[in-house]
Amino acid sequence: MRLRDAVVELRQTGDFTSLQEAIPYARFMGIGGELVDGEVIGRMRYSDHLVGNANVPALHGGTLGALMESTAIFKLLWHGETTAIPKTINITVEYLRGARPQDVFARAEFTRRGRRVANVRVFAYQDDPDSPVAVATAHFLLVQD
Amino acid sequence: MSDSFLPQKDEIRRRLEGRYVGAVPHNQALGLRVVDYRPEHLSLALPYRVDLVGNPETEVLHGGCITSLIDATCGGAVIMSLAAPRRIATLDLRIDYVRPALPHQEVICGAHCYKVTKHVAFVRAKAHHGDKANPIATASGTFVIFPDEGRRTEDGVPK
Repeated sequence: MRLRDAVVELRQTGDFTSLQEAIPYARFMGIGGELVDGEVIGRMRYSDHLVGNANVPALHGGTLGALMESTAIFKLLWHGETTAIPKTINITVEYLRGARPQDVFARAEFTRRGRRVANVRVFAYQDDPDSPVAVATAHFLLVQD
Repeated sequence: MSDSFLPQKDEIRRRLEGRYVGAVPHNQALGLRVVDYRPEHLSLALPYRVDLVGNPETEVLHGGCITSLIDATCGGAVIMSLAAPRRIATLDLRIDYVRPALPHQEVICGAHCYKVTKHVAFVRAKAHHGDKANPIATASGTFVIFPDEGRRTEDGVPK
């Protein structure tokens, strides 16, 4: 399915399956989204290739950034009006604790969503949403169709 | 190529690749390779692959794998700056996308660890398609340096 059609389908059904299937990198990473009580929750399913430090063991920091950037984009697409993918202007990731080799979830908040630019905060967590493993601040350029 | 005159350089590159890529499952999964190195500096390349594309319409790589490339390169540049092997962890990493990446082209990240203190290292990096003067992303990161290699907190993860 084309990406734009997948975005249309997401808005109609609230199902992220077609969207994640349409993004090759999301498939490679096992990154998907779901609606939980009306809120977009990103999820990165654990697989061995996500590990950054095999001795600890801990997930690669870049994978947490990838999940948080993806979750922000999922939320922007779910709430947005256009089918174009928002462009990342910048992202700052703060690493708070080591991420264990298991699934990671993420929740995004709009600090401000303007016509052209969206400011988003994202929280990545494993067992406890109140104890994030990483947080991110990102700015996106909202592309018109 | 000048590499043929410098067999040692190839050998060092191979060892660094073992350390930064071979020993790090996600770097290996991305197919990262060592492009260049010198004290306090490291360059890694992320080859273009269709399964790493973020937007099939533009065929450009996803920002997530560029984040992983930059994180890996910055961390490697810190290791290149330390007198003895230490465990390090990323404290924070900021990436600015200054122009769109191009499809079908590898991304090279060059990182410079410009300051190391007892517990913290500071790094700047640029990601580009081969022309350092025309980057697609600029980045800055800070890393915590742990006192002893392999030391753990009681629950086994770094704080």
